[in-house]
Amino acid sequence: MNDDSKYIEIHGVEQRFKTTKGSFLALQGVNLNVAKGEFVTLIGHSGCGKSTLLNLIAGLTTPTEGVLLCANREIKGPGPERAVVFQNHSLLPWLTCFENVYLAVERVFAATENKTQLRARTDAALALVGLTPAAQKRPGEISGGMKQRVGIARALSMEPKVLLMDEPFGALDALTRAKLQDELLAIVQKTQSTVVMVTHDVDEAVLLSDRIVMLTNGPAATIGEVLKVDIARPRNRVELAEDPVYVHARKAVIDFLYTRQAHVEKVAA
Amino acid sequence: MVSAVFHSPMDASLPLPRAGEGRGEGVPRAEAPSQPAPVAREQKPRTPIDLRAFWMRVLPPLAGFGLLVLIWELIAMKSTTGFPSPLVTWQQALTVFSDPFYSKGPNDQGVGWNVLSSLQRVAMGFGLAAAVGIPAGFAIGRFEFLARMFNPLIGLLRPVSPLAWLPIGLLVFKGANPAAIWTIFICSIWPMVINTAVGVQRVPSDYMNVAKVLNLSEWKIFTKILFPAVLPYMLTGVRLAVGTAWLVIVAAEMLTGGVGIGFWVWDEWNNLNVANIIIAIFVIGIVGLVLEFALIKLATAFTFEEVKS
Repeated sequence: MNDDSKYIEIHGVEQRFKTTKGSFLALQGVNLNVAKGEFVTLIGHSGCGKSTLLNLIAGLTTPTEGVLLCANREIKGPGPERAVVFQNHSLLPWLTCFENVYLAVERVFAATENKTQLRARTDAALALVGLTPAAQKRPGEISGGMKQRVGIARALSMEPKVLLMDEPFGALDALTRAKLQDELLAIVQKTQSTVVMVTHDVDEAVLLSDRIVMLTNGPAATIGEVLKVDIARPRNRVELAEDPVYVHARKAVIDFLYTRQAHVEKVAA
Repeated sequence: MVSAVFHSPMDASLPLPRAGEGRGEGVPRAEAPSQPAPVAREQKPRTPIDLRAFWMRVLPPLAGFGLLVLIWELIAMKSTTGFPSPLVTWQQALTVFSDPFYSKGPNDQGVGWNVLSSLQRVAMGFGLAAAVGIPAGFAIGRFEFLARMFNPLIGLLRPVSPLAWLPIGLLVFKGANPAAIWTIFICSIWPMVINTAVGVQRVPSDYMNVAKVLNLSEWKIFTKILFPAVLPYMLTGVRLAVGTAWLVIVAAEMLTGGVGIGFWVWDEWNNLNVANIIIAIFVIGIVGLVLEFALIKLATAFTFEEVKS
């Protein structure tokens, strides 16, 4: 079981971007391990490199220094075992919700399963996020929250080892966001997925995570602090509001973000 | 850039279909009074508004045509060179269109045959250009090396008047008809190459990220992502190409002769039959309008809204 505590390993990762004004150091000296089945959120101000770190884990970019491992294998490129839920859902507008999910299911399981099984998987994934009635609709015909759910269904349908989410609820209104957070909690409880999620919402981070990874402000951002959230699951948002552990964790994150890493405007601009 | 240059005159020349599209909801409302009205109070105040909307759609175009006929009539009245008046032209048009498909030898055929032969040439030249230009556009858009390789060539050749290529066509193909088709080919290939390439370069990176994360095969990327994403751009290229081809064919046929609407214009000029030339101008305009309208309809059917949120 020792292996499980280091399912994703990030060793001394540094990321530089070449820009017109020369090279820009986004991340520096990032070290992190994520255990199997753990829910980790990355939090920090805009422009601090949260998404950069997530893209590195996804394999969409490769680090200029350091190494990333997933299940003891180096991450060399993107792959369906590390599914990504994008911030802007990234559904293909010319395919129905069913077809969008089916594209992913087909890619992963077509080699071993027949069409009926693939269709059943797609239906199951849509049912998991409660979108069976909208299966034959195009993304343009459904609401933002529903689109994000299709994005989650697409990611989950691949049965990924790791679920990577880049501010998945960032573009949604507060009520829809709360609803989807609850759904995500229930789904992760059921699937026992390993999740790395980028967010800038303190309540979301505390509610969902086992650990909160707080990033310092960029450039040359790194991990400033890691907070363990010791709250039993299943978690209930209403009960948690007065839970002392929850309140304390929330206070700790806010303290980090707004007291110690407050000089944000210069960087974000 | 290219599309911007081509767009404005065409959009301006098409007030009718555009207005129709924009007021899609106005149409059922205009019919509403004919239906049994359950609540009369609601219906009454709406009717005058509908009438105004109706007249706004019908009156300005009618006024436009009226102005055209008026100026035409004035010119015909002042003219000493036998410029035909609208009425004379109309009567002549009735004779011309009473038998559009007669054939008295290669140099005297009905207007229908002339239009059809021109359309056939455009279809051939344009079809060949699409078969070459669209794949070329995809390749240039996908691979930067090819883009850097062909962009200077396209930049050099695109501004050349298609008619400058006609002698080359005559020399190589040794015939008027293939030379005309060649001219259409060369003028309609550029908008398709350029628009397709731009479309490929503008496929949102989000979609390509999805492709990367799913690790899709090149074939799946092409059929599920690249092709649908590029289709609207490609159809714009097709529309511009057909428009240009229809402009060029008239000029090309004046030079090559044979059967065709352009040749017909030239032939009627030699006969000093100005009324027929004016009829030909209207026929060319109407055919161009119909082509454009059909392609706009095709393009809107394949354009997916709401890509970003």
